[in-house]
Amino acid sequence: MTSGALFIAVFLACAVEAVEAVTIVLAAGTARNWRSALLGTLTALVTLAAIVAALGPALTLLPIELLRLVVGALLLVFGLQWLRKAILRASGHKALHDEDEIFRAQLADAKKVGTDWYAFTLSFKGVLLEGLEVAFIALTFGSNQHNVPLAALAAGAAVVIVAGAGALVRAPLARVPENALKFVVGIMLTAFGVFWAAEGAGAVWPGKDVALFAIVPAVAAFALALVAVLRRVRVRQA
Amino acid sequence: MIRWIRAFGAFCYDFVVGDDWRVAVAILVAIVATWLLSLNHLPAWWVLPVAVVAVVPWSLWRARRRDNQS
Repeated sequence: MTSGALFIAVFLACAVEAVEAVTIVLAAGTARNWRSALLGTLTALVTLAAIVAALGPALTLLPIELLRLVVGALLLVFGLQWLRKAILRASGHKALHDEDEIFRAQLADAKKVGTDWYAFTLSFKGVLLEGLEVAFIALTFGSNQHNVPLAALAAGAAVVIVAGAGALVRAPLARVPENALKFVVGIMLTAFGVFWAAEGAGAVWPGKDVALFAIVPAVAAFALALVAVLRRVRVRQA
Repeated sequence: MIRWIRAFGAFCYDFVVGDDWRVAVAILVAIVATWLLSLNHLPAWWVLPVAVVAVVPWSLWRARRRDNQS
């Protein structure tokens, strides 16, 4: 896997998570109190840094085959979950992930409660949970490719760009094509998961690393074919 | 503390496994099959792609059926 591919995979996956976190913080700040929302965000970031500092280095101590097996299996199960939902959304069998709607729902929730601790907790929870997902993606991809710094850079770039966009517009990030991004990320996570999990379990891919150049388009073609079939089924039912 | 650990466990389960645990089980079975084949020096790279091709449509079909029933 080239450094460029590692960067793109981590960047896209982390951008999706960052969009979700920023949407929650924007809702809490707009509806309640910016100071509390930002304080919640900062506290979550410090907690997150402590968790990653405590647990992250343990990953690099594991033997590479075991790491590939565990990370590959996790990525594959996790990736298939994303891919499955993305296919259902793209074929019209599940509602599209609507950041505008999520923003409105969070805003309505935030207005119901009369304390600024709500803005703090909402931001803290959103940033910590989405941040854990970002850390998981960056650490697993990075440690597997022996390039945690590059994966961390990609994750950091994604978070900074999305947070910067959020701060500039101070509105929901509905213009980010999140559903399309999730579809692409689901394909990439599934493809890398298949590759690493099989390698970790002792299989040898024909062409070794070059096999990834066949696996990624194959997973993409398979997912698009499933979308086409499900769309046809939906049209026939209507 | 126990409540926090439970909540974190639930988050991890939802984050990795999601709403169809059968997919996770099928993938684990496929990984064990890959390991057994490679242990016996047989080609094993094809097992996981075949598992994905079988599991995803099956899971989607179940989700669609559940959606139609509700």
